[in-house]
Amino acid sequence: MTTRAPAHPVGVGGQTLKVVRLKHPGRWIASAVALVLAAMLVNTLITNKNFQWDVVAKYFTSKSVLSGLGRTLELTALAMLIGIVLGVVLALMRLSGSPVLKSIAGLYVWVFRGTPLLVQLILLYNISALYPKLSLGIPFGPEFVSGNVNTIITPYVVALAALALNEAAFMSEIIRGGILSVEPGQVEAAQALGMRRNRITRRVVLPQAMRFIIPPTGNQVISMLKATSLVSVIALPELLYSTQVIYTRTYQTIPLLIVATLWYLIVTSVLMVGQGFLERRYSRGSRSSGATIQGPTMLRRLTGLNWRSARTAVADPPPLTPEGRSR
Amino acid sequence: MTSTSPSTTGTAAPVVEAVGVHKSFGSLEVLRGIDMQVAEGEVVCIIGPSGSGKSTFLRCINHLERINAGLLSVHGQLVGHRLVGEKLYELKDKDICTRRAEIGMVFQQFNLFPHMTVLQNIIEAPVGVKGENKKVVTARAMELLGRVGLADKRNAYPRHLSGGQQQRVAIARALAMQPRLMLFDEPTSALDPEMVGEVLAVMKDLAREGMTMVVVTHEMGFAREVADRVVFMDEGRIAEQGTPHELMSNPTHPRTRAFLDSVL
Repeated sequence: MTTRAPAHPVGVGGQTLKVVRLKHPGRWIASAVALVLAAMLVNTLITNKNFQWDVVAKYFTSKSVLSGLGRTLELTALAMLIGIVLGVVLALMRLSGSPVLKSIAGLYVWVFRGTPLLVQLILLYNISALYPKLSLGIPFGPEFVSGNVNTIITPYVVALAALALNEAAFMSEIIRGGILSVEPGQVEAAQALGMRRNRITRRVVLPQAMRFIIPPTGNQVISMLKATSLVSVIALPELLYSTQVIYTRTYQTIPLLIVATLWYLIVTSVLMVGQGFLERRYSRGSRSSGATIQGPTMLRRLTGLNWRSARTAVADPPPLTPEGRSR
Repeated sequence: MTSTSPSTTGTAAPVVEAVGVHKSFGSLEVLRGIDMQVAEGEVVCIIGPSGSGKSTFLRCINHLERINAGLLSVHGQLVGHRLVGEKLYELKDKDICTRRAEIGMVFQQFNLFPHMTVLQNIIEAPVGVKGENKKVVTARAMELLGRVGLADKRNAYPRHLSGGQQQRVAIARALAMQPRLMLFDEPTSALDPEMVGEVLAVMKDLAREGMTMVVVTHEMGFAREVADRVVFMDEGRIAEQGTPHELMSNPTHPRTRAFLDSVL
C-alpha cells in the first residue's frame, strides 16, 4: 500500500488502524478571532449611519464622478502607453554598446526612481517659474514646441507627463530585466541560423522576455491607476478630485470617498483579470506554464481566499528583481 | 567581393582554413595560434581537456566569437571581415548573417526556441532568413524530422521532449538551412547516457552522406568510428592531429597520452 495520506491504512496483520490527524489549536483560535473581527466590520458597515450608503448610491453613477472615472482611466492608459514606449527606448539604451547612451539612461532612471512622484508632479506643475517664456525644447513631446508656458502646459499635460516620465523609469527596468532573463544561448542559436539582430529581438528575445515583463507590467498598470489620484493636488478632475469637489460642497466626506474607493476596487479587479489572461497567453511553451494554467480562479486571485487547503496554494509568479537575472 | 583565402592549397579549396588564429578574453589567451584546414566532406573531431579552447575555436568559425589575430576563412571567404588591398574591413551584421546562414551549428544545450513548436523551430530561419516558401520549407522540415525519427513530434513544444529528442530537432533545424558545413559543440555532453546513442546515430548518418563536419566531442567511440581526422587541442594550441587510429592507438605527445588515459 503506497497510497498517499491514507485515511485508514492497513496496519500490521490486516488490522485497520485509525489515523489521528494533527490538531492545530492555534490556527483555530486565530481563525475564530479573525471571524469575530470580520463580523464586527460587517456589522459596523451596516449599522453605522455615518457611512450614508444612500449618499454613496446617489453619487456612485453621478455624472461628475463618472467623468472623473473616465479621466482616471484615460490618464492611466495614456501614461502607461507613453511610459512603455519610453521604457523600451531607455531599456535598449541601457543594453546598447554605447557608454553615452547607457549613462544617460542610467541617470534618467536614477533621478525618476529616486524622487517621489508627488514631488515630480508639483515640480513639473511649477515649471513656468523655471521657464516662464517656454523655450523648453522638445525633449518629450511635440506639445512643447512653441507658445506660452501656461497655455500649453495645462494641468492635464503636467499630469500626463509626470505620470508617464516616472513610469518610463520603472518600465525600462522591467523590460531590461525581461530581456536579460532570456538565456544567451537563445540569441546564439538564432545568430548561428543567420538571423539578423532585429529579427532575433522580435522573434526570439521579446516573446520570451514577455513572460517576465507581463506580470510586473500588470502590477504597474494597477499602481498607475492608483497613482493617478495624486494629480488631484494640481486640481485635475480625475476620480478622487471629482469626489473631493462634491464633498467640499456637501460635507459628505466619507460616502464620497467610499464612492472613489469602490470605483478603484472595481477597476483594479478588472485589470487583475486581464493580467491573468495575458500571463497565460505568454507562458506558452515555458516550463512553469503548468502552474499558471492551473492558476487560481479569479475570486481566489483577487481575494486570496482558498477554502480547499493551504497545501494546494498556487505559487506566485517568481519574484523578479528589477535587475533581472544577470548573465 | 575581393575576399581571398589566405593561402592556396593544392586541390580543391578547403571548407575551413585557419592560419595563426588567436583569441583572448581580456588577459586570458584562449587560442594561441591555430592552423587548421578542413576539406570538403571531411569529418574532423576536436578533442582535448576542458579549457583547451576547442569550443571557442568552433564558435570563431561562424563568428560567434571575434578572433583577435590570424586569418580564418570558410569556403574561401574570410569570417567577419572583407579584405580590400591590405586592409581588413569589418563586415556589417547583414553580411555576417549571410555567411552564417551557410553554416549549421548544434549546441551543447540544444538552444531550441522554447516558445515555438518543433516545426516552427525548424522553419523559422529558412522562411525568415532565406525567404523561402513556407510550404516548401515545411515539406523539407517534415522530411528532416522523419530522418531524425521525430515526425510525430512536429507540434510538440521543446520542453515536452527528452534531451536526446531536443538535440535531434536542433540538428534538423540546422540542416533545414541546407548548410555546407556543420559545427557540433559537444552535442552529447548535456545528455543522459541512454540518449547519447540516438544523437550520435543521426550524426553518423550525416557523416555518411558526405556532410563536412567539425565536431567538438568527448565521445571517443564516435571519433574513432566516424572521424576522418582527430585533432587534439591543449592550452589553445593544436598539440597533435592524425587519423583516429594514429592518434588514439599511438599518441606521440605526452599530453595527448595523458588525456586519452583519463577518458578511455
